[in-house]
Amino acid sequence: MNIPLAAAGLHQPLPPSKTRLLPLVILLAACLLPMLLSEYALDLVVKIIIYAIFALSLELLVGTTGLISLGHAAFFGIAAYVTALLVPGSGPGAILLMLPAAMLGAGCYALFVGALSLRTQGVYFIMVTLAFAQMAFFIFHDTGIGGGSDGIYLSSRPAFSLAGIALVDLELPRHFFFFALGSLAAAYLLLAAIQRSRFGRALAGIRTNEQRMRAAGYRTYGYKLAAFVIAGMLAGLAGFLMAARTGVVNPELLSWHESGAVLLMIILGGLGSLRGAVLGAAAFILLKEFYSSEAIFAGFAQHWQLSLGLTMILFVAFLPHGLIGLSRQRIWNRKQSPAAQGGAHV
Amino acid sequence: MEFSTFLVQCLNAVQYGLLLFLVASGLTLIFGIMGVINLAHGSFYMLGAYLAYALAPLFGGQFLLQMAAGVVLSVVFGFLLEWVFFSYLYQRDHLQQVLMTYSLILVFEEMRSILAGNDVHGVKLPEWLSGAVALGDLMKYPVYNLFASATCIVVALGLYYVVNRTRLGMMIRAGASNRDMVRGLGINIRLLYRIVFAAGVALAALAGMIAAPVTSVYPGMGGQILIICFVVVVIGGIGSISGALIAALLVGLVDTFGKVLFAQFSGLSVYLLMALILIWRPQGLKSKGY
Amino acid sequence: MHTKFTALAAAGLLCSGIAHAQTAPIKVGLMLPATGTYANLGEMIENGFKLYVGEQGGKLAGREIRYFKVDDESDPAKATDNVNKLIKRDQVDVLVGTVHSGVALAMAKVARETNTLLIVPNAGADVITGAMCAKNVFRTSFTNWQPAYAMGVVAARNGHKKAMTITWNYAAGNESAKGFVEGFEKGGGKVTQNLTLAFPNVEFQALLTEIAAQKPDAVYAFFAGGGAVKFVKDYVAAGLNKTIPLYGAGFLTDGTIEAQGAAAQGLSTTLHYADNLNTPRDNAFRLNFAKTYKTNADVYAVQGYDAAQLLEAGLKAAGGDIKNRDQVIAGMASTQVDSPRGKFTLSAAHNPVQDIYLRQVKGNINELKGVAIKALADPAKGCKM
Repeated sequence: MNIPLAAAGLHQPLPPSKTRLLPLVILLAACLLPMLLSEYALDLVVKIIIYAIFALSLELLVGTTGLISLGHAAFFGIAAYVTALLVPGSGPGAILLMLPAAMLGAGCYALFVGALSLRTQGVYFIMVTLAFAQMAFFIFHDTGIGGGSDGIYLSSRPAFSLAGIALVDLELPRHFFFFALGSLAAAYLLLAAIQRSRFGRALAGIRTNEQRMRAAGYRTYGYKLAAFVIAGMLAGLAGFLMAARTGVVNPELLSWHESGAVLLMIILGGLGSLRGAVLGAAAFILLKEFYSSEAIFAGFAQHWQLSLGLTMILFVAFLPHGLIGLSRQRIWNRKQSPAAQGGAHV
Repeated sequence: MEFSTFLVQCLNAVQYGLLLFLVASGLTLIFGIMGVINLAHGSFYMLGAYLAYALAPLFGGQFLLQMAAGVVLSVVFGFLLEWVFFSYLYQRDHLQQVLMTYSLILVFEEMRSILAGNDVHGVKLPEWLSGAVALGDLMKYPVYNLFASATCIVVALGLYYVVNRTRLGMMIRAGASNRDMVRGLGINIRLLYRIVFAAGVALAALAGMIAAPVTSVYPGMGGQILIICFVVVVIGGIGSISGALIAALLVGLVDTFGKVLFAQFSGLSVYLLMALILIWRPQGLKSKGY
Repeated sequence: MHTKFTALAAAGLLCSGIAHAQTAPIKVGLMLPATGTYANLGEMIENGFKLYVGEQGGKLAGREIRYFKVDDESDPAKATDNVNKLIKRDQVDVLVGTVHSGVALAMAKVARETNTLLIVPNAGADVITGAMCAKNVFRTSFTNWQPAYAMGVVAARNGHKKAMTITWNYAAGNESAKGFVEGFEKGGGKVTQNLTLAFPNVEFQALLTEIAAQKPDAVYAFFAGGGAVKFVKDYVAAGLNKTIPLYGAGFLTDGTIEAQGAAAQGLSTTLHYADNLNTPRDNAFRLNFAKTYKTNADVYAVQGYDAAQLLEAGLKAAGGDIKNRDQVIAGMASTQVDSPRGKFTLSAAHNPVQDIYLRQVKGNINELKGVAIKALADPAKGCKM
């Protein structure tokens, strides 16, 4: 029984006009953060930014097109590995070379996976995307391409130089912060533009009722594949940033737990909303920090996954519109049905 | 590779494949009948393995009794879990099911960590299963592996019998084809679901119990087997038990020979198999019927 | 201008801080596994470290020790974030960790970048005191190469000509296998095949069948923990131990003999520690450890214990001032550690130069059979210090 997402009422309408400038305001406020926060806190914000880009890329697939992918981390990880493998022996690598290469690598694998998985529907699709992500995981985990299960570390972070002067040097935390922030803004704008374009409308149509779109003459396979590849490339952008941030890449970046986490992020924030994706990433990471904080939970902090898992179950059960839905005062109608009928229905 | 070695490797492959079949059959049953995609299915396998470890000291060397007790406990657990949690998932869409069962995995892993710790544990075997059988003069083959395969075959036959030759099986097959009609005919669909779910849990847990002495009991064992089972179900066709059997044996063969012939790429081999099958038949080998 | 202000402020703080710094406790950040397969090892290392500090009255070189702990879960993916918690959030003076080589690699990288003092009490990745060596990175355990090389030399000495290795496909396993190959081939033998399986997989049947088919003179195995238990049992169950002697790095039989039972009897392994060294230093240590923690010490406890000794040596050389980094490092690099395993010094790359013992399983212990190689130093390939 598969109720299409839109019919399930999980989708948000476009944001109210009063708050249309909110993302811009937040962006400007974020520019002040390097001066206000400690090194550790700034690092956390950078992590949130990277995962926000990752979540946005999945939002295009799940929220806009209705394709539930459980293997999105593969593109994230592949881009990270491409970045690490392209680090030159001496001196910093060039962003202009490594970033496009990383995104291209992710995009190629997305093309391969999409071409095969989009031949399947529904639950098959979910399982197949998961399986292909595992395949990529094993490529890096078992073979000699990466450093096996321990991963490889980057001996230097990339930079953008003109005539020998490094204009953007990702070794410097400030430069990195603004580069990441800029990437997030770019990704957000791109997706907003896609959502409003004909292409985006077609994707929304496919999400609502693919049969009808096909009847109307759209070659849905092509549209879905395009969305899959774009989403993969955007995840690649996040992967590049992740590799540059930590300086070490590791097969766990492609694990299905990473895929599961990013899926939880967009639900936490609110499906179908770009702001939701960003908000969800922030909320998820902060929740994780909170639950694993020994200062608050002492011994139980090591079991943060339990707290997080229970929180997410409650969230999906009672607040399927996510945090964005909460803020938009959407009260989810619960049909009161006897327990014998099973749970609530949207 | 010599012929005798080849035969022994086939034996290894079949043993692994049969174990996979037990877990995958539960997964495909639950999805086929109830339409619920259950990511936490691997956790039931882990539950079985940890049960084997936990019950061992209580039952001394009474291995068969221990297994029976484990099966009973998992059936009870399955019943309760379905009643408390899964019954609420039937009406929800796949995304919510994925998210809730994924979160359930996190919860189960942590519960395991709290209750049983994080060490790797071995499970001792009773005397009568600890020996080895000489295979020519090549090597000796552990008796337990043969016992494991035999148990899996017995269970598989039992499953076939129940599904194809009993009333319950008839209801299951009917429910898979047309849920509402079955309900309309007055059959207690809620109880049916609960039974099927508990059976699925028991199958996976039994597989875990059987596998525990061979694979050891360790954190994360649920996740590993889950994904391979997904591959088995995709190759075999969702909802088809016979498809799951063929797919499981195929995966066992590919994995075992992959480990020996291409050590580095052995992890990939199973997924390559899946990719090839998908190119040929996207709906799996046997997508309709049982 | 910005920097001038900061410099003035720093100078002011420094003046007020110096008086305080001499008596402030030294912050030691312990990044060890508290959960997961290696949790037990992490606990042993921590206990060993704290035992030594306790023996000195709770202070090292007159300074009190304040501990900060992070559970690294033996997960390399979270390693950087975890290290940053200790370095950036808790601002520790010394970092001690860890067990898993992948995690230790990330720790070493961050330690190099932030110039934090790091003592590795277990992880054997060759590269940490090899290509990634640094002034502020020390190790009190071993490199994966050391015991493996020694085993290879011993196996060749025993007259074997053809051997196979089997291990998990990860850094520790691969480096160990390479070490064995080097030692074995140096002694005139030849390793025909290096079998691997994915970590932490323990389904050995297919590979054991392969070994049986190929019939080498000897097999070298590197496994640890639960995998070691399973492998030894499976090897014996397959009857291979009757025709093909099994050799291993010490981890094959350390902490696992009880679980392995009869299958482990007679197994030869090499390690920088043995259960019955019977020296006064070792006996005193083992007694003290057993009294304090109600369990027998093992090689991991020794490594933790020595990490504390090493830190003290550095602190003593600097008069207790942890901020005087150069003196601390000079003191640590030049000291001779009076370890329960026997006295050892550090190589130029800061790895122990130590005796590798040959042991054989008898009853419940790894019985000392002799010294396989005396004062073995890791070649530290690629280290530029």
